Amino acid sequence: MKRTFAILTANPLSLLGLILVFVVVFSAVFADFIAPFPEHSGAVVDFANFNKAPEWPYIFGTDLVGRDLFSRILYAYRISLILGVVVLAIAVPIGVTIGLVAGYLGGRTEYLLMRMTDVFLSVPPLVLAMAIMGVLKPTLANGMLAVTAMWWPWYTRLVYNITRGEKEEGYVLAAEVIGASRAHIIFREILPNCVPAIVTKMTLDMGFVILIASSLSFLGLGVQPPTPDLGSMVADGAKYLPDSWWLTIFPGLAILVAVFGFNLIGDALRDILGAEQ
Amino acid sequence: MSTPTLDIQDLELGFKGYTGFTQVLHGISLSVNPGERVALVGESGSGKSVTARIVLGLLQELRTAKISGSVRFEGRELDQMPRRERHALRGKAMSMIFQDPTSSLNPVFRIGEQFHDVLRRGDAKITRADALSRAAAILAEVSVRDADRVLNAFPFQLSGGLNQRVMIAMALANEPALLIADEPGTALDVTVQAQTLHLMRKLVEEHHTAVLFISHNLGVVREFADRVYVIYKGRIVEQGPTRAVFEAPRHPYTRALMAAVPRLTGGGIPDIDEDSPDFAAPLEIHQDGGQS
Repeated sequence: MKRTFAILTANPLSLLGLILVFVVVFSAVFADFIAPFPEHSGAVVDFANFNKAPEWPYIFGTDLVGRDLFSRILYAYRISLILGVVVLAIAVPIGVTIGLVAGYLGGRTEYLLMRMTDVFLSVPPLVLAMAIMGVLKPTLANGMLAVTAMWWPWYTRLVYNITRGEKEEGYVLAAEVIGASRAHIIFREILPNCVPAIVTKMTLDMGFVILIASSLSFLGLGVQPPTPDLGSMVADGAKYLPDSWWLTIFPGLAILVAVFGFNLIGDALRDILGAEQ
Repeated sequence: MSTPTLDIQDLELGFKGYTGFTQVLHGISLSVNPGERVALVGESGSGKSVTARIVLGLLQELRTAKISGSVRFEGRELDQMPRRERHALRGKAMSMIFQDPTSSLNPVFRIGEQFHDVLRRGDAKITRADALSRAAAILAEVSVRDADRVLNAFPFQLSGGLNQRVMIAMALANEPALLIADEPGTALDVTVQAQTLHLMRKLVEEHHTAVLFISHNLGVVREFADRVYVIYKGRIVEQGPTRAVFEAPRHPYTRALMAAVPRLTGGGIPDIDEDSPDFAAPLEIHQDGGQS
């Protein structure tokens, strides 16, 4: 852990990633204290100051109903991060377990589980999420559900491939020989060997989940107003380009910062942990 | 005479593949008495390792494998034992050592951790501290001097020879009645291999463990085993006390095998037919010169 951190900070790119992610997480957690207008995260109207270009105290300008864009971006980060964490917290255990079981047991179980995974993988992710959101009500919870549903198969694939390789390793045979149970072999022998790859993918995915969630919101299927969301802010602002450029540029940059930061860390972790895939 | 630790009679094994049925073992019989070191020698693909896997009950779970014949462990038919009892034997009454010691240890756990897992098979309630001190004691028996460092290390931090000794220590940790050694140390260099085999021999003598030693290395077998079975294409072709077999090999295949051992002196390896018809000659048993 200490070693990992030392290597992360030694490389300028991963250090940049670390700083970006820290800024994003910090602003999400302490949004209440940093935001100059915390109340602007809700349904507030201030027509006296609507559609203002960046100027003090509105450093990122204001939107069409006079809300401070900077404050709203901070709160949007909070939503994005929660969404990312929740999606991964559900998708990863499901995907990993299915991948491990299919990879280790093989035979009919493998066939059934992997073909099911293939079905999920064969639907374009955004289309699948749109379909789910179309059937259900477009709320934050359903948004998480939709993104989760399209996310777990990737973990199944990843872990399945590793498991297929690890299964042939001597230590698995040795464990079988001394009479370890299947559950022990799967979760205590093979799973720990998959952890580096899983952690790396999770870090990379954090950015992608934020991106996908923003895309859904951009299409009007994600987080609903007045809750601030980066994707819907970009969508709303896009209609007023290029005159009210700040409406689009700043939320867009905010997405970029978060995704870029997580990807840089993910790349660095991949090098450190030596995970293929 | 006491009941043999392991007694195999007319063991047959075949695999059902896409292209039909392949017979691998054509009824082999062998026995290992308590405390005895028996070697099973043969070339690659002769059926050595599958025999070991059947004894451990690893192949029975495969749906494509068809097995017949009898395998008795301490007088009890393995096939007729309830699943749970058979399962309980593994790791406690029998255990195994593999070819490549380094890959047989899980790379992400420390040696001490893995020792704990092994010892828990014998005593489910053993505490970590107890396990570690037991492990240190067993490691001392295989001449590992700084046991603390070894127990705190990951397998890839140790040398192959050290890992091999760790494997031997683990295999004997629960005082098994039967130890199956499947070409132990083939992945190591020859001097280290000789060293660890010497240690293993000392240890099984002290613990009075029966060993089924599977190898293609005749030099090693000659050093290590009391009795030898030569296996060729799924059939035992010659058996007898080690000395008798080595001094006067009777079966053409055994003779060919002996001739193929590389020597430091002399004119290199003779040409041997890959598959001489003589090799299918019937079983030769050395009755003289040995106690069995």
